[in-house]
Amino acid sequence: MQKITQPMLIDKAVSLLENGTVSCVFGWQKGEFDYDITPSVFKNADDLKENFVWNGFCGANLSKYLVSKADKIEGKILVFLKPCDSYSFNQLLTEHRFDREKVYAIGLPCDGMADISKVKKLCGDGISAIAFGDDTISVTTIYEDKPYEIALKDVLLERCENCKSKKCVAYDELLGENGDVLDSNRFDEVARIEAMTPDERFAFWQNELSRCIRCNACRDACPACTCEKCVFDNSDSGVENKAAANSFEEKMFHIIRAFHVAGRCTDCGECSRVCPQNIPLHLLNRKFIKDINEFYGEYQAGAEAGSRAPLVDYTEEDIEPYDVFDRRDIDA
Amino acid sequence: MRKCFLDKINSVFTEISKTMPLYLPTDSSDGSAVYKKWEDGIKWSDALNTVRSPKDFFFPQMESLMEFKTEGKNIEVIDTRQETEDFVIWGVRPCDVKSFEILDRVFLSEPVDSYYASRREKGIIVSLACSKPAETCFCQTFDINPAEPCGDVSMWKTETELFIQANTEKGEAFMEKIAGLTEECSEDAVSEQKEKIGSIMKKLPLKDLKTDAFGGGKTMDFFNAPEWDELSQTCLGCGTCTFVCPTCQCYDIKDFNTGNGVVRFRCWDSCMYSEFTKMAHGNNRLTQKERFRQRFMHKLVYYPENNDGLFSCVGCGRCLSKCPISMNIVKVMKKIGGKASE
Amino acid sequence: MSMSEYKPLIVAFCCNWCSYAGADLAGNNRLCYPADVKIIRVPCSCRVNPMFILRAFQRGADGVIICGCHPGDCHYTSGNYYTRRRMATLFSMLDYLGIEKERTRVEWVSAAEGAKFAATMNDFVETVAALGENKRLEDLRCKK
Repeated sequence: MQKITQPMLIDKAVSLLENGTVSCVFGWQKGEFDYDITPSVFKNADDLKENFVWNGFCGANLSKYLVSKADKIEGKILVFLKPCDSYSFNQLLTEHRFDREKVYAIGLPCDGMADISKVKKLCGDGISAIAFGDDTISVTTIYEDKPYEIALKDVLLERCENCKSKKCVAYDELLGENGDVLDSNRFDEVARIEAMTPDERFAFWQNELSRCIRCNACRDACPACTCEKCVFDNSDSGVENKAAANSFEEKMFHIIRAFHVAGRCTDCGECSRVCPQNIPLHLLNRKFIKDINEFYGEYQAGAEAGSRAPLVDYTEEDIEPYDVFDRRDIDA
Repeated sequence: MRKCFLDKINSVFTEISKTMPLYLPTDSSDGSAVYKKWEDGIKWSDALNTVRSPKDFFFPQMESLMEFKTEGKNIEVIDTRQETEDFVIWGVRPCDVKSFEILDRVFLSEPVDSYYASRREKGIIVSLACSKPAETCFCQTFDINPAEPCGDVSMWKTETELFIQANTEKGEAFMEKIAGLTEECSEDAVSEQKEKIGSIMKKLPLKDLKTDAFGGGKTMDFFNAPEWDELSQTCLGCGTCTFVCPTCQCYDIKDFNTGNGVVRFRCWDSCMYSEFTKMAHGNNRLTQKERFRQRFMHKLVYYPENNDGLFSCVGCGRCLSKCPISMNIVKVMKKIGGKASE
Repeated sequence: MSMSEYKPLIVAFCCNWCSYAGADLAGNNRLCYPADVKIIRVPCSCRVNPMFILRAFQRGADGVIICGCHPGDCHYTSGNYYTRRRMATLFSMLDYLGIEKERTRVEWVSAAEGAKFAATMNDFVETVAALGENKRLEDLRCKK
């Protein structure tokens, strides 16, 4: 299979820009180092040629930017979508959050994105250069003469380690070959927590959530969190609170947030990627996904545009809330 | 200059903890460093720095200022302030030590913030030189020398030994406490380390970043710069940069109705939030661009304007490593400041 | 406070059309259930936002029960079907976070089921009383 490279994407973007198909390009911009890549809107060919990046640190999901920007930009937007981004794209379309006609989407195959904190655990600080090989990355630091050679699979983001799908589900044009939906182990960790005693579960989450600093990065990065005004930002709501006051506030925020995206969350993993305190927030969302799959049948948000989210749907035969626990007790 | 051996460090911690709480960076369950109160079994982290800055000790993320209770027509005001005892913050990096000076200028100038002041008075800062700075470090841009940590007591760590030196009266008194566990020594090893750190600093990727373009009186040079649009275009508006920043000092004061009284509390606020400094007439910064600009103008122009040219950034690099979209003050300085920053 | 004196505070969200009338019937029939149950009338059980439940716990509730019309009998045709899905997933999440699953409950009570209402409340109060105070979803500021 032909590997999709940065120059190919730049060529593609430049040609679409120059032939007038699109007026701007949503992509990833190079940073100070080789890993601090910023999502960006490119408006001309020179900017693209100079600053556009496609490498193993392009984890940021670009689909959410369509919500705030698609209306404001004249002409069409070219957006590059990794498989997981394409699920978010579909989900946003389902919720009518942007106009499909405004967008020219290019699907990209993805080998998984690297987590810089995992790289740093192996190589330490002082990274001066990172180069990508086929399945490896080579990290040069100012402290060692020889670069570290690391297997990409050892430093993948959690969401990529448990990748649910390599299949782009929405695009106008696909570069490379489309992948498949994978059998992932993404629910293993949820099952491990479910198997704990309530006391252990409480201790586990208390430890994780107590680190929350209420920066709201999880919410702001989340492609499912697109409310015009979040209830936690609304001083008229009665629950607006900037304070990480105590363990109640932390739980309240994370339960409500996870519940609000339940059934709509595509499991893109942005929440956990952006959390400055490394709280495994995806485990909350995956719990809902797992429950929904078990209670109401398999459902993958974003797999098809226009599908009905399970929590805004029902059947007359649905499981009763009290049976949820009974059934689990019987299973156990 | 005195020294002790690192394999005996626990006895030093034990000794200090006998008289006052000792807080030090330790590795948390997710692998990042966090300040914790020392007790037997807690290990001093080797990490370069903590995710959250030590500003928490003086300016906590949330604190209750007072409480009100009403009974009939009477309102009782309860002072919830607790007497602070002396405490030690161990292993503070030079950049973070400098951040206290920046916070002091805000909280200790008239009218003095007595909540902050009492904690500041009781805190003993034991700083630590950075023997292995990261690529995200740019403290030298702000004339901070990572080989010369300030604070009440300075420390330098080698593989096996810890060198300690008092800088203030508070520091001297602190050294007295652990005098039995340390020994007098020459400064040779420390001089050697300082030289080594100096040569590392020359290799850091951000070594050439300059503040020349910025400072007081430059508001109109930058306020309407067209670059703000591009820089802020993908800012998510989260508060990560402000909450991990050691110098961000904005806060909000709010009342919480507990059902049987009111707690008036103060909590960190972020200029990145849409509700920041919201007033009766609404918000004065309506777009993310304006909020984004506010943060960097504050650090690079407004603060130095009011504080004798002192910038309100210490180059600790936290925002560089934690911003979800990797947009940060270095990128802003280079873009807005142009050639003068490179 | 010894356990024998401990009385849990229960918040019961009751739908206007069935369960609230059921509670009324329980009263008319002089059926006993503990006064620690505080009833909040809602137009439909699906009006109950998860935030209401968490807020109840924050403000001192030890248990929260939601009562609505039997599935199929909703005054608004389908409201309680949504409640059923929402609460099944929400309560499962609370359990996942280690919050005692006995503290939350959904029960379908019709306007004719005064006896069921009283029995449900008696049983729920007893169950929550056995657990003791809600410590895992409490807000200490509200307990002073």
